[in-house]
Amino acid sequence: MKFTIVIQGGPYTTQASLSAWHFARAVLSSGHEIYRIFFYHDGVYNANTLLSPPQDEFDLHHAWRSLATEHGLELIICVASALRRGLLDPTEADRYEKSQSNVEAPFVISGLGQLIDGALTADRTLTFGP
Amino acid sequence: MRKLLFIQSHAPHGTLFGQEGLDAILAGSAFADCAVLFLGDGVYQLLKGQATQSLASRNYSVSYQALFDYGVDAIFCSAADLLTRGLTLEDLIVAPTPLNPKELEAILHDYDVILDF
Repeated sequence: MKFTIVIQGGPYTTQASLSAWHFARAVLSSGHEIYRIFFYHDGVYNANTLLSPPQDEFDLHHAWRSLATEHGLELIICVASALRRGLLDPTEADRYEKSQSNVEAPFVISGLGQLIDGALTADRTLTFGP
Repeated sequence: MRKLLFIQSHAPHGTLFGQEGLDAILAGSAFADCAVLFLGDGVYQLLKGQATQSLASRNYSVSYQALFDYGVDAIFCSAADLLTRGLTLEDLIVAPTPLNPKELEAILHDYDVILDF
């Protein structure tokens, strides 16, 4: 079965994104497929490369990256949600004349069309929100 | 083509769920048959006369009037959630179809995908 996973909660704020990560792993380890992972609302904070949790705490940002790299997935973050929350890749940083960026692959900034396409294409769409 | 149901369940301005949910609805309307359901405090999204200038919050509620222009003409709410908040359809910018629990159940079954905000 093909899944689209929508994450609307920030890391270390609510359990939403952690539960989504556990679910994504379970989907893949059960032999199912992930069609799309889409971070919306506060979920885009998961993409922040500057997240620096204490060493004895779970590094959710790194966990998302590992999962995506291992399984060849893109982690899509919504451009409108990302920009207003200060999540920018180098291209957006240039465009908005900011001196820093904090989003890099496998996190990819894209539009809401990716959410709709994910919802229309996957067999099941699950939303993890606070 | 699959049918999408968007659920708005948060009051406006306290969180960005309403505004970003509405953005998703408008994006969805370009690709699919879409409906919106207002549940719980989500019914406040449609309240008339939201004066947000002093909040420094964007009054996106006016954009709900554009739903019809975007081809989203299936707009529902929970009748009970409206009633318990002391609201009537006259208080709302756009008049949704109020549903009883049985009708709500039918709507939730009728749509292929539910996106919850």
